[in-house]
Amino acid sequence: MELIFEKSVAGKKLALLPDCDVPEVEFDAALCRSSKPELPEVSETEISRHYSKLAHRAYGVNDGFYPLGSCTMKYNPKVNEDAAALEGLTDIHPLQPVSSMQGWLELYDTAEMYLKEITGMDAVCFQPAAGAHGEFTGIQLIKAYHVANNDIKRNKIIVPDSAHGTNPASGSMCGYEVVSVPSNEDGGIDLEQLAAAVGDDTAGLMLTNPNTLGIFDKNILKITEIIHDAGGLCYYDGANLNAVMGIVRPGDMGFDVMHMNLHKTFSTPHGGGGPGSGPVACKDFLAGFLPGMRIDKKADGTYDMTAAENTIGSVGEFYGNALVVAKALTYLLTLGREGVPEAARNAVLNANYMKAKLEKEYDIPYDKGCLHEFVISAVELKKETGVSAMDVAKSLIDYGIHPPTIYFPLIVHEALMFEPTETETKETIDNAVSVLLKIKEDAYSDPEKLHGAPHNAAIKRPDEVKAARHPIVRYDFEKEE
Amino acid sequence: MNFPKELKYSKSHEWVKMIDDTTALVGLTDFAQQELGDLVFINLPEEGDEFDADEVFADVESVKAVSDVLMPVAGAVAEINEELLDEPQMINSDPYGAWLVKVEGITGTAELLDADAYEAFVEASEE
Repeated sequence: MELIFEKSVAGKKLALLPDCDVPEVEFDAALCRSSKPELPEVSETEISRHYSKLAHRAYGVNDGFYPLGSCTMKYNPKVNEDAAALEGLTDIHPLQPVSSMQGWLELYDTAEMYLKEITGMDAVCFQPAAGAHGEFTGIQLIKAYHVANNDIKRNKIIVPDSAHGTNPASGSMCGYEVVSVPSNEDGGIDLEQLAAAVGDDTAGLMLTNPNTLGIFDKNILKITEIIHDAGGLCYYDGANLNAVMGIVRPGDMGFDVMHMNLHKTFSTPHGGGGPGSGPVACKDFLAGFLPGMRIDKKADGTYDMTAAENTIGSVGEFYGNALVVAKALTYLLTLGREGVPEAARNAVLNANYMKAKLEKEYDIPYDKGCLHEFVISAVELKKETGVSAMDVAKSLIDYGIHPPTIYFPLIVHEALMFEPTETETKETIDNAVSVLLKIKEDAYSDPEKLHGAPHNAAIKRPDEVKAARHPIVRYDFEKEE
Repeated sequence: MNFPKELKYSKSHEWVKMIDDTTALVGLTDFAQQELGDLVFINLPEEGDEFDADEVFADVESVKAVSDVLMPVAGAVAEINEELLDEPQMINSDPYGAWLVKVEGITGTAELLDADAYEAFVEASEE
């Protein structure tokens, strides 16, 4: 389709800006740009059609099944948007006097209370803008703790080989050496290898539980004990919290600090629509290091804000993505004490139902005790038919289903990782299962068809090498007509 | 899959071509490039860097994942294949031609297999 810049015709006027309601200010000429910005000039109808066309090409959870593993693409209830659009929440500026934003502070305080209860932690900071940002913040807290104890020989972060790729990246970003620990045959952490890996240089462990195979590590208390005995701290990656929320708490598993993805677990928009929110929760002994401002409820019931005593500083703007917190709180209040664990149980039920329907036809290497997601291996299929995990994933697009996560976790070859979430109906899952069975049939009868999939999408098989190496991310105004 | 007879192979899927007693070319095997998928980037060490056997000396990024590459011999990097920095996909199209580094002053090696033993090793790992 045509780009907006290609539609542009110089001189087309489109006055959509409201009258300026603040005094105009003259800036120093040195601060002003000297040439006109190259903005597209189009009519309102053209803009409207342009974005509608783009929307038709996009695919979100409102368009169909979106079983992207470890991403929890659950439905985002529209009531969340209603709440976040309330005038009292939107017509506000973060630099207003604290006395004039009491409602917002109460909202934050309430959200913090619920999230503390769900995680078993003692304090929450909302500043991190997404999951990996939360990991970075959490590991900075661990680092601040060791530094405060003058225990600076600790330079290693332990990460299992099933971890999200962001875990080793976050450890590295904080200046730590990352030590990978292998999984055992059940898909959990190998305790012997873990015990051998820890020492007085262990700063901490990063762990997702349930992990990326969807498996809850039954040795979790032993694992956190091994780390604590070595003097390290335990970080919980909350990416898979949806499987256990309201049922078991990371704080009770022995974790000291964690992040949550409000945009996964607590149903706020996710992906291109975001923005995300990755609050960090921690135990009391780390709370003094939290970034940003802490909200205190005073004796008279009003709220105030202060920085934590030994704060690591700021990791984002102001109080994080505030409206996302409003949406997540709406979700929590809608579900309530009974609804939160019920959502988790249904997420587990849906994943296990889908797995049970597929396990005769597809190879599922770690199949015991899966919770909210499971991982198929297409190794056999590829060997027998030449059809890879990539081909299966691309074929799903032709049936109106978003591909699952593929080639991850790395410990499963030709991986296809499905996470249906609790918000899908039995009919939707049954349909996806029948599509996957049909794709398997096609793999044997007509593998060429699958190699060329998707056949019905606007973009077929992009050249991924070229896309990664030579991406074109800006319009070239100089290019030859 | 191709297993040239004149090469030695590590269990982490690098090949070694000895030029003389202490100099060798090192690359990624046909099996490695197939498993990795289309390569997008490669990080190579600098000339003069010294490595022990089994030490990480490079990393490759494919459309699937980033993977470490282990040094199958102990020695110093005499030369790197700079062409690969711009065209890492040469490893996919010609894995045994696209050497990564030339190592000199070799003092030892990782556990290396001959072509038949490596082929058997790959087949066993695919079971």
